[in-house]
Amino acid sequence: MSNIPAELRYAKTHEWVRKEADGTVTVGITDHAQEALGDLVFVEAPEAGRQVAAGEACAVVESVKAASDIYAPVAGEVIAGNEALADAPEVLNSDPYGEGWIMKIRPANAADVDALLDAAGYQKVIDEA
Amino acid sequence: MGNRTPLYDEHLALGARMVDFGGWDMPVNYGSQIEEHHAVRKDAGMFDVSHMTVLDLSGERVRDFLRYLLANDVSKLRVPGKALYSCMLREDGGIIDDLIVYFLRDDFFRMVTNAATRDKDLPWITKHAEPFGVEVRERDDLALVAVQGPQARDKAVSCLDAQYREPALALKPFSAVDCGSMFIARTGYTGEDGFEIMLPATEAVGFWRALNAAGVKPAGLGARDTLRLEAAMNLYGSDMDESTHPLESALGWTVAWEPADRDFIGRKALEAHQAEGVRNKLVGLLLEDRGVLRGHQKVFTNAGEGEITSGTFSPTLERSIALARVPVGAEGECEVEIRGKRLKARIITPPFVRNGEIKVQL
Repeated sequence: MSNIPAELRYAKTHEWVRKEADGTVTVGITDHAQEALGDLVFVEAPEAGRQVAAGEACAVVESVKAASDIYAPVAGEVIAGNEALADAPEVLNSDPYGEGWIMKIRPANAADVDALLDAAGYQKVIDEA
Repeated sequence: MGNRTPLYDEHLALGARMVDFGGWDMPVNYGSQIEEHHAVRKDAGMFDVSHMTVLDLSGERVRDFLRYLLANDVSKLRVPGKALYSCMLREDGGIIDDLIVYFLRDDFFRMVTNAATRDKDLPWITKHAEPFGVEVRERDDLALVAVQGPQARDKAVSCLDAQYREPALALKPFSAVDCGSMFIARTGYTGEDGFEIMLPATEAVGFWRALNAAGVKPAGLGARDTLRLEAAMNLYGSDMDESTHPLESALGWTVAWEPADRDFIGRKALEAHQAEGVRNKLVGLLLEDRGVLRGHQKVFTNAGEGEITSGTFSPTLERSIALARVPVGAEGECEVEIRGKRLKARIITPPFVRNGEIKVQL
């Protein structure tokens, strides 16, 4: 069974979102996603300053098998990409909710974050897939 | 639901992630593809390849038939059990499939072809066998397990009946021997030493469990792909198909031109290709920038554009590698377009890895 922390929000496309105290959000891929992708070997995180729309492909993770797009769960400005992943993409597999974060976004509209799925909603997405 | 091999339930029990492969439900990995890859390079791994097609060919003129059907020449096979790798070509030289054929007796050969090509191979082979009076029998009663890695042979023989251990260990590369109900060949698709073992489907589960208990790690099709790519062994359907011929697929060495009077299907077309000059070649690429090479990415070389036929991340090199079809004059540094960016790569002479050793300059 995959781990779906209750305190996070989720997108149907398997990103998780954590609200930080300063109003920004941290984004990564879920445990379910990393497990489905297999061993990850390359991550291209977005650069700071990029404006992204909700649902826009803005990062790429590659497993041994294939490349997969990662979508911005909310619109806003990217304030950081996790550069450490370039040297250690495998932490996406080992610590998807921690060291494996992909980007930080300053949401254009804070309410967008609350509109994302909660853990139960995301569990349903996985169950129906 | 796809076809299932006799080991399907074993894969599920071992926690395999199953995928469709040429109409078969096959294990892509049992957790970590990279760990499975390293197990084969450093120790021993096993693959269920029962989806592949095994054909028994019998008849007095079977040797004549195969000398006509295949681009390589089975008259090289004089010792029973000896194996040969060959392409099977269309009249126009396009590759229908690649295969291994074993010489067993003057009136009996065994052939192993790909799974995904079965439905076109069988009618083609049967049609051409008929005038030679050769009987083609599909052996779907057999399972096929590949045990590969530096410790593969020792670990595999420990699972055999005592009387068969010595003959199995004595096998020369590319040779096979009957060991009771098993047919054991010292062949493979990983660049490592090891065996490919055919056995009755009913015995497959017991043997698989014995291998597992002997420390042979189950490995999926994912690891099989990264291993064969590091060894620069072509994958049918990716690196070659009916639109390409052996001379542009790094398989010129498998075409037996001599004796000149041997007529084989595709010979005239290949001779014409050679006379007018072959334009492309299949080479290895090593990515110097960060990223992952994948099939169909464009390659820009000193001699013009080419295309990657299969690419991946190499667990042994910890770099991305690929096979690519490029103009014959291409060499040295090149560029590959990945998501709109051009990344630096280098053309290398394959293989990348063989018998656990890195064969390219990083």
